Amino acid sequence: MGSSAMCTAGIDIGSRSIELVVMENGSRVHQVKTATTFDPVGQCRKIMEGVRADQIVATGYGRKLFAEAFSNLNILTITEIQGYALGATRLFPGVRTVLDIGGQDTKAIALDPHGKVSRFEMNDRCAAGTGKFLEFMATALQVPIESFGVFALQADRRIQISSMCTVFAESEATSLMARGERPENIAMGLHMAIVQRTLSMLRRVGVEQPVLFAGGVAHNACVKQLLEEQLNTPVLVPQEPDMLGALGAAVYGSRTATGTD
Amino acid sequence: MSHTYEAMWEKLNLDLDAHAGLLQVLGKFYGDIYLSQTGRLRGMEYLDFVLSEVHGLRIKELQDAKAQGRKVIGTFCVFVPEEIVLAADAIQVGLCAGAEIGKDAAEKILPRNTCALIKSFVGFKLSRLCPYLESCDLVVGETTCDGKKKAYEIFVDYAPLYVMEIPQMKNACDRDLWRGEVIRFKEKIEELTGNTIAAAKLSQSIRVVNDRRRALQRLNRLRAAVPAPISGRDVLLVNQISFYDDPVRFTENIHKLCDEIEERVNAKQGIAPEGTPRLMLSGCPMAVPNWKLPFVVESSGAVIVGEESCIGTRNTRDLVDENGPSFEAMIDALADRYMRIDCACFTPNAERLDNVVSMAKELQVNGVIHYGLSFCHPYAIEAFKVDKALKEAGVPMLSIETDYSMEDVEQLKTRVEAFVEMIR
Repeated sequence: MGSSAMCTAGIDIGSRSIELVVMENGSRVHQVKTATTFDPVGQCRKIMEGVRADQIVATGYGRKLFAEAFSNLNILTITEIQGYALGATRLFPGVRTVLDIGGQDTKAIALDPHGKVSRFEMNDRCAAGTGKFLEFMATALQVPIESFGVFALQADRRIQISSMCTVFAESEATSLMARGERPENIAMGLHMAIVQRTLSMLRRVGVEQPVLFAGGVAHNACVKQLLEEQLNTPVLVPQEPDMLGALGAAVYGSRTATGTD
Repeated sequence: MSHTYEAMWEKLNLDLDAHAGLLQVLGKFYGDIYLSQTGRLRGMEYLDFVLSEVHGLRIKELQDAKAQGRKVIGTFCVFVPEEIVLAADAIQVGLCAGAEIGKDAAEKILPRNTCALIKSFVGFKLSRLCPYLESCDLVVGETTCDGKKKAYEIFVDYAPLYVMEIPQMKNACDRDLWRGEVIRFKEKIEELTGNTIAAAKLSQSIRVVNDRRRALQRLNRLRAAVPAPISGRDVLLVNQISFYDDPVRFTENIHKLCDEIEERVNAKQGIAPEGTPRLMLSGCPMAVPNWKLPFVVESSGAVIVGEESCIGTRNTRDLVDENGPSFEAMIDALADRYMRIDCACFTPNAERLDNVVSMAKELQVNGVIHYGLSFCHPYAIEAFKVDKALKEAGVPMLSIETDYSMEDVEQLKTRVEAFVEMIR
């Protein structure tokens, strides 16, 4: 390292996307996002091309795979929970609750006043109520996933969809359509189902303010609005909500490398 | 072992092809989880041997004993008083209920949302894969939970079954009921074996079973040292094997293992360096070969230093009073000892909360992982109170609910690793 700039990289290998953040002396200098595909290692190789870092930290469900594939680089690994906690505290010091809804996982994380994880909840093997669920339902309603939230916000009536399971929810949506229900209203019902499931997780860890919402699903305006309604508090969403894990990993790297952990 | 024992397995009417598959998977699993550990104690070789002969030599011993007229009694629960069985010169074995292999068969006659342990013993029977079950002259069930209770009503069509009633509260009348059940069990065993249980024999068997508990208590005291001298996986294995190995031989070998651990502790040597997060498992039993969670935990940078479970301290904590002056007094002592079991089937169950908290403190753990089998309501619901009691004691807890399948291993790893990061 010597006198040159201290460089760390954080990479978050999720079920749907991979994000990379490179930090130099504590500030973000490079970031990139790509799809995970069926070849996560190949995708990682591509986005790591030309990246030089004194310390690389991997997070996300593919962290171990990455550490093995790049074993010559002395990779550290942390869980997404730690990654999101560090990223959240970095962007919003003092944040107390982090909700991360990703491609196949939902996590509710409580942080103490120093930003340390004090409690967390995570869904088990079932991906109900995650990004995957929204993606599936958007396809069923033939709406692009990027505009699914805005579409749902055009609802003129709130109907309840009680199934959390992707398979049952789809058949519930289909029977609603057969009864002539507007697709916007069905979309709203599906969003409400997700938020209900998320709320019970949040309540188990305790909802202290401020609350941060991140992960790919945080792009969805409807989920954010429903969360704010239900929690009766504003919900912070970072500019690039899906980069938070990678950012946290990079922060962890610089802490470890400079010994300020 | 296959060639030597094939004729025996055939005689037991096992499904030979499927059984060969089971042994192969088990061997691979054992290699990955157990034999891959570094710095293992020499004394574990005995347990490796017993496990490698789990369906071989031990079954042969049972067959030989049966040929001499002894009876084999199979059990699923720590409530069945082994002292009675041994006093009638019979052999007690804990039955296979920790593998997923017979699940498809079990789900033909049981609801899918039945706990993995129940599905497992039913599945083993229906798919003819457990030589212990096939060696049994009597299988003893018990009314610890609704799932087991109702499953036994179906199971009775497939195996010779006897059910003990376990009270659900701990009032004087419950203790009376339980004492009556111990006597009814004694009579059943006497009838089955044709041996009348004499006071001297009962006194002797009380000592034998207590000695095994003492050996396991010694192991638990020694492994509490910092740094931890033995992996949690290995201690779980010791506890699992205690259910089917010959009690006297087992006790002897566990003391040898303990002697070796003692040397390690005196030399301040550990299986993991000092400062490794220490965790305790609490909750449902982990029957052979259910090593999933301990493996995930110990692959996540933590070491397990206690099992608050039926295959753990719930089975070994309390001794039977050995000073009963008469047969009746010994029956009283047995009834009292087994009534102290703090199974989640009791209401209320404050003893368990106290035991969990005091164990966590004595073992100097950084956290507790509460382990519940999916659809096991007694432990799932009690987890809330365990969490509350631990929180008051300043001990963090992670609650895990899972079954025997491997499909959620990645999610489990993330949760356990995040818990380890949190408590570090």
